[in-house]
Amino acid sequence: MSLSQTTITSTVVFAVATCLKLLLIPSYHSTDFEVHRNWLALTHSLPPSEWYYEETSKWTLDYPPFFAWFEWVLSWLAAVADPNIVKIDNLDYGAPSCVLFQRISVIMSDLVLLYAVIQYCKWKKFDGDLQSFVISALVLLNTGLLLVDHIHFQYNGFLYGILLLSIVKMLQQKHVQAAGLFALLLNLKHIYIYVAPAFFVYLLKHHCFSSTTSGSTRRFLHVKFIELAAVVVCIFTLSFGPFIYYGQLSQVLSRLFPFKRGLCHAYWAPNFWTLYSALDILLATIGFSPGEGGSMTSGIVGEMKLQVLPSIPPVLTLILTATATMPSLMKLWKKHNTCGLDFLHCLILCGYASFMFGWHVHEKAIMMVTMPMCLLAMEDGRLWRIFTILSTAAHISLFPLLFNTAEKLIKVFLFVPYIMMALTSSTLLKGNHLLQWELKSLDVVYTAGCVLVQIYCLFIHGVGGYLSYLEFLPLLFTSVTCALGVTWTWFLTITLYLAT
Amino acid sequence: MAEPVLVPGLELCLSIGVLSTVILVRLAVSLHPYSGEGQPPMYGDYEAQRHWMEITYNLPIHEWYENTTDNRLQYWGLDYPPLTAYHSWLCGAVASRINPSWVSLHLSRGFESYHHKLFMRYTVLAVDVLVYFTAAVVFSRLVYRNKDAMWERISLLGLLLLTPALIIIDHGHFQYNCASLGLTFWAIIAVTTDHNVTGSVLFALALNYKQMELYHAVPFFCYLLGKSVAGSGSGGEFLKRVGLLGVAVGGTFVACWFPFLGSWDQTLQVVHRLFPFARGLYEDKVANVWCSLSVLVKLRRLFSLSTLVKVTAVSTVTALVPSSWNLYETPPLSDSSWPWLTPPSSSSCSRTKSTRSRFSWHSSPAPSSPLTTLTSSPGSSYWQSSPCTLSSPRTDWFWHAAP
Repeated sequence: MSLSQTTITSTVVFAVATCLKLLLIPSYHSTDFEVHRNWLALTHSLPPSEWYYEETSKWTLDYPPFFAWFEWVLSWLAAVADPNIVKIDNLDYGAPSCVLFQRISVIMSDLVLLYAVIQYCKWKKFDGDLQSFVISALVLLNTGLLLVDHIHFQYNGFLYGILLLSIVKMLQQKHVQAAGLFALLLNLKHIYIYVAPAFFVYLLKHHCFSSTTSGSTRRFLHVKFIELAAVVVCIFTLSFGPFIYYGQLSQVLSRLFPFKRGLCHAYWAPNFWTLYSALDILLATIGFSPGEGGSMTSGIVGEMKLQVLPSIPPVLTLILTATATMPSLMKLWKKHNTCGLDFLHCLILCGYASFMFGWHVHEKAIMMVTMPMCLLAMEDGRLWRIFTILSTAAHISLFPLLFNTAEKLIKVFLFVPYIMMALTSSTLLKGNHLLQWELKSLDVVYTAGCVLVQIYCLFIHGVGGYLSYLEFLPLLFTSVTCALGVTWTWFLTITLYLAT
Repeated sequence: MAEPVLVPGLELCLSIGVLSTVILVRLAVSLHPYSGEGQPPMYGDYEAQRHWMEITYNLPIHEWYENTTDNRLQYWGLDYPPLTAYHSWLCGAVASRINPSWVSLHLSRGFESYHHKLFMRYTVLAVDVLVYFTAAVVFSRLVYRNKDAMWERISLLGLLLLTPALIIIDHGHFQYNCASLGLTFWAIIAVTTDHNVTGSVLFALALNYKQMELYHAVPFFCYLLGKSVAGSGSGGEFLKRVGLLGVAVGGTFVACWFPFLGSWDQTLQVVHRLFPFARGLYEDKVANVWCSLSVLVKLRRLFSLSTLVKVTAVSTVTALVPSSWNLYETPPLSDSSWPWLTPPSSSSCSRTKSTRSRFSWHSSPAPSSPLTTLTSSPGSSYWQSSPCTLSSPRTDWFWHAAP
């Protein structure tokens, strides 16, 4: 089968996805829309020396410099489309031209993701159209991507494209390119630091140490290490250099790593701390003596203070994350004959650990686990099962992001086809016996549970004023049920990885 | 690569996937503006439907089609048959439960709001799912009865439910074509599986929802007549069959029109509303013969209204003769393997021919019926069902040549 066939398949899937994204242009967009419009305005109107000081709008620049440059490039196109977009004082500008421009910029930037998928399919050398179709569909029509990027509004598509591309380069053993791409990514959005340990350990082992036949010791290859370090340092210098020159490094870093109150974001990400907070609420409701003040019974959305269980300092989250990541990193370092897929598996586990124990984690960060998992899932039937359960939990956890009435049904019907695709793909790819798996009864019970909870949250709660004073209740239910799924799949993934 | 093993749950999952995808497309299209959004004083079809809910819910039934102080017919007067009116009444009743200001008499004129738009869109979606989707599912399972034909079933289902014309007009522009088309679809399923009486009733209901279904009336008539002739041993049996069908259709009409049969004037008034010849040869733009010819020859200026009515009537009937005769001659079900293929294709054939020569229609006719997607070649069927398509005779030969 010719390679160009995979390109055609992926491109067709991308075209279909684009049609859907275009149809979704008029849907609800969050304040992130204004955030990016503001960044277009300030990068266009001000010199770089003022970018990280500009405060006319409360949505100040808090991404690394390369993203600011990306906005700068876009701003010139925006100025052509509608000069009003790039006026700093034009706060909350929401004219159709602005919406159209920004939406289309997100859609176009997804081309990077398409490129990454094509490269992956070419590397895999699939012997059938169906496999490249499945991978393309899982990535390019990813529910999370559509919900977050094309409705809520963000630019995750091309960022995950760069991440997947760097993974592909790693699989192709092009270590320097992979490192360079990852460094580029870190300078676009620093949240990808979640998965940096996997890169570091794998590159150290495979690039900086000579490969061995069993028995002989490995030599540290100074030249290769310097080569790698040089590329990474170069990229960081390009990024932060100008701001170090201006003497603004501390300001930039304070913007990138702001001190945030609260263990949990206003909408709880489905991680360990959600379960911890839910337990706290349960204990408080049962009647254990409350600790510090702050009540849950007011029911309003906001920062939750723990009442019974001890409060968690930020440094503890760092320690727990590191502890959770250690076993996978050790395995990656010690295992003989590691290959690119081990790296991918470890990368996913790093993402998991950071998500589970991180401080003030956003629910959107679950995509750092689900997107790479799309590539790994096809390797093994057990991984496919994990992927399906994770996709259910992860995408349902994103539902609270879109809270308007029109999007209620849309998010459900963005989710259902994706899960059906995940469920059916492994059966369709049964040529590869590794992919055979069957739904276990626990999987069905969990999925049914999630569905029932969502039926309550979407169609019963608040209808006709039913329990509407308990605003936080559906969010609590959603977060807890999804957290159970995420935690469970994390255990499954980690045991699978450590057992090989 | 080994052939994928078909497991029982696979088709269910794929069907759910397809159905939820087509619903997603409709929901996404619904986000966009409807006809006449934000355009006072007349707005558009959306306001027409909302107004009908207002009228039917608030006024007594005998005033629905009459020009009264409360019901000014110049402002979107009812011009669809009674079943639409009853449907509007039902929607109006639900609307007033949710928010009375949506249908309050006179005061709700031109009402537009975020939630009202959602409500209206969901009424269309509900009808679409309940009537049209169900017909499509049953039809795809009927066409491909073989267990191994899973992909064909899935593809046909997807194709039937993704016709752009239906989605754009019903869920974008705003109309309820899925109701009448869905009923016709069910009628086709019924008559081609030998449930002639049920099929006749269903088609009569479709006709009473939207008079545009008259496009399909001649094929139905000829097909059922042909079946009755072929299936009857004697003249008496023939009369019994035809009589039964006549009673079924007549009964349905009487049931639907019952409140308007009080006086001859009342009934005539409804008929006048349904067939507004005074509107002229065509309205706006429409992909048919008259509109196209009028680019070169200004027919409306050259001929009087009554002449044009006669000309279009004769040309429509003439164009219908070939396919109708063919339908009449069609062998009964028990014989051919794909007998159901012929009547609908002729029905679509007649439909497209009628569009070409029918008097007075404007640009929002029923989309070229997705019934034309009866083919093992999705490509040609999709080409057929594109908006305002004019099917070529060559494609009709394809239908008849199909195995």
